[in-house]
Amino acid sequence: MGYQRRRLTNVAAQATAIACTVAVLLPLVLIFGYLLTKGVTSLNLDFFTHLPKPVGEPGGGMANAIVGTLILIGLACVLGLPVGVFTGLYLAEFGKGRFGWMVRFCADVLNGVPSIVIGIYAYTLLVLPLKSFSAYAGGFALGVIMLPIVARTTEEMVRLVPNTLREASLALGVPSWRTTLRVVLRTARAGIITGIMLSIARVAGETAPLLFTAFGNQFWHHGLRGPISSLPVQIYTYAISPFDDWHRQAFAGALVLLLLIFLTSLSVRLLTRGKVHVAR
Amino acid sequence: MGTSSPHPPAVCNTLVTNVCYDAFDDGGPTSRARNHEIETMANGVKGESVGLSWPVARSSTAAIGRRLNIGDRLFRAMTAGFALSLLAVLVSILAVLAYESSDAIRHFGWHFLVTSTWNPVTKQFGALPFVYGTLVSSFLALLQAVPLSIGTALFLSEMAPGWLRAPASFLVELLATIPSVVYGLWGIFVMVPWVRSYIGPALSDTLGFLPLFQGPNYGVSMLAASMILAVMVVPYVTSVAHEVFQAVPSAQREAALALGATKWEMIRLSVLPYGRTGVIGAIMLGLGRAIGETMAVTMVIGNRAAISASLFAPGSTMASVIANEFNEATYELYIQALVEIGLVLLVVTVVVNMLARLLVWSVAGPDTSGER
Repeated sequence: MGYQRRRLTNVAAQATAIACTVAVLLPLVLIFGYLLTKGVTSLNLDFFTHLPKPVGEPGGGMANAIVGTLILIGLACVLGLPVGVFTGLYLAEFGKGRFGWMVRFCADVLNGVPSIVIGIYAYTLLVLPLKSFSAYAGGFALGVIMLPIVARTTEEMVRLVPNTLREASLALGVPSWRTTLRVVLRTARAGIITGIMLSIARVAGETAPLLFTAFGNQFWHHGLRGPISSLPVQIYTYAISPFDDWHRQAFAGALVLLLLIFLTSLSVRLLTRGKVHVAR
Repeated sequence: MGTSSPHPPAVCNTLVTNVCYDAFDDGGPTSRARNHEIETMANGVKGESVGLSWPVARSSTAAIGRRLNIGDRLFRAMTAGFALSLLAVLVSILAVLAYESSDAIRHFGWHFLVTSTWNPVTKQFGALPFVYGTLVSSFLALLQAVPLSIGTALFLSEMAPGWLRAPASFLVELLATIPSVVYGLWGIFVMVPWVRSYIGPALSDTLGFLPLFQGPNYGVSMLAASMILAVMVVPYVTSVAHEVFQAVPSAQREAALALGATKWEMIRLSVLPYGRTGVIGAIMLGLGRAIGETMAVTMVIGNRAAISASLFAPGSTMASVIANEFNEATYELYIQALVEIGLVLLVVTVVVNMLARLLVWSVAGPDTSGER
C-alpha cells in the first residue's frame, strides 16, 4: 500500500471516530434541550408546593411526589448505606481471598440485575405479607439497588487511603479494627460520601422497581405502610396519559429530576477531580 | 525522609510488617517499598533516627497486636457478615422468584418458553413473544450501539487531545445517569414521531423489499424500542471499552508506531487485538443492560404480545410485559406467569453479566467495576 493511501485511511478512520463521538453525545444535547424548552414553562412555585390537580383543571404540582422521592431515598439509605459501606470496607481491607473475589463478583452481578426484577423481589418480600403497597417496600427495592454501587465505590475509595496512614496508626499501638474505623474510614470519608451521592442520583430516577412496591399516590401519603408517590412514577403516569396538561407536568418533573441528577454528577466530578466515576 | 539513615535489619523489618498485617490476614506484603514506608513513618512519629526507635516500635506493636486480636477478629467477622448479606441478597432474589413462580413452572413446564399465545382471559400463557421481543430489540440495539461505542472509545483513548478527554468522557458518563423514564418520555414525544414520519418511510423506501421493513408504521414499534435502547446502552459500552483500551500497555502502541504505523494502523495492530476480550466483555455488559431495560422500552414499544416479522410492528419484551401487566394481574396463575418471566429475565441477565465481568476482568482487572 502506498503511503498516500495509508495516510488517507488514517484520516478517514479518525474522522469516523470523531463522527461516532458526536453521534453518541448528540442525544444528550437533544434530550436536555427538549426538556428545557418544554419543561421550563411549567415550572413555578406551584409545582413544588401543590398536589396534582384532577384531569381538566390546569395547574397543580408534584409536591407529594418530590417529598415521596425524598422519603424513599431516605429509606433506601437506611438499608443500603450500612451494608454497602461495611461490605466495601471488607472488600478493601480483607477482600484479597477467594471470598472477597466472590463478593466483588456478586456485587457486580447484582448491579446488573434488572431493576424490575428487584421490584418483584420487594413485592414478594414486603407487599404480599403486609398486604399493601408501601413506602417500605419501595425503599427496600431502592436500597437493594444502591447496595452494590455503594459497596464498590467504598472499596475503591478505601483503597486510595495511603498505607502509610494505616501503618502510622498501627505503629502507635492502635488495633487494626480501630485503625480501619478511625483512620481509614475518616480519611476516605469524602470519597465515600461522593460515592453515596452518586448512588442516590442513580436510584432517584428508578421507576420500574417502584411500580408495584411504592405504587404511587395522587395525594399525600398516609404513613410509610401505605402507597407513596414518587417523581419518576409520576412522570411515567403523566407521560403515558392522553392529556396535554399532564404531559406538561411530566416535562417539568423530568426537567427537575434531570437537573438534580446532573448537578449531583457535576459537583461530584468537580469535587473529586474525576477520581470518582459517575456510576450507574 | 530516611534516605541517609541506616536501613533497619531485614529480619526485624519483616517481623513488624507481619505484625501489622496479621490482622488483615492477607499474608502481609513485605515489599521493600512498604518497608521503606514504615521506616519513614516511624521516623516521622518518633522524630528519632530509625536505628534507635525501631526495636521499641517492634516490641510494643507486637504485644498490643496480640492482646487486641479479639477486637480485630470481631470487626473482621462483622464486615464479613455484611459482605455475606450481599451474597445472600443475590441468592435470595433467585430463590424468591423461583418459589413465587413454582406453580407456573410446574403448570407450564418448558412449553412456557416456546408457546406464543399470551391470553390472560383464557388463562393461556406462553412467553415466546416476550423472549423474541427481548432478543430482537437487544440485538438491534447492539447493532446500532456497538460501532458507535467503539468509535467513541477509540477517540477518547487514542485520538482526543488531552484537554478534551476528561470533559468528553464525563459527558458520556452523564448520558448513563439519565433515568430510564426520561429517555422514555423523550422517546414518546420526539423519537416515535421521527420513526413514524422520517426514519420508517426512509427505511421502507430503500429496504422495503425485506419483510423487516414492510407493513403499517405507527411509530411505536420494535424499531423505536431498539433505537432508544441503543442510545441507553452506548454509554456503558463506551466507558468500559474506553477503560479496556486504556489498559493496553503503551509498549504495544509504541512498537507499532516505531515500525512506522499510522495512528489507525497502530490501533488496528496493537489496541484492537489486545483489547478484544475486554471489548467483547463490554458488549456483553451492554447486552445485559439492554435485556433488563424496562421503562423506556415499555413506553415506546407498543406493548403487543405478538411476534411480527416487521420491525414497524409493536411488540413487547420480558421486562416491559412485567412493568405493564403486573398491577393488572388479577389471579394467581397470571401473577405466577409474570414472575416466571422475571425469573427467566434474571437468569439470563445474571449469566450474561457473569460472562461479561469475567471477560472485562481478564483484561482490566477486578478493580474496574465496569461501571465507570
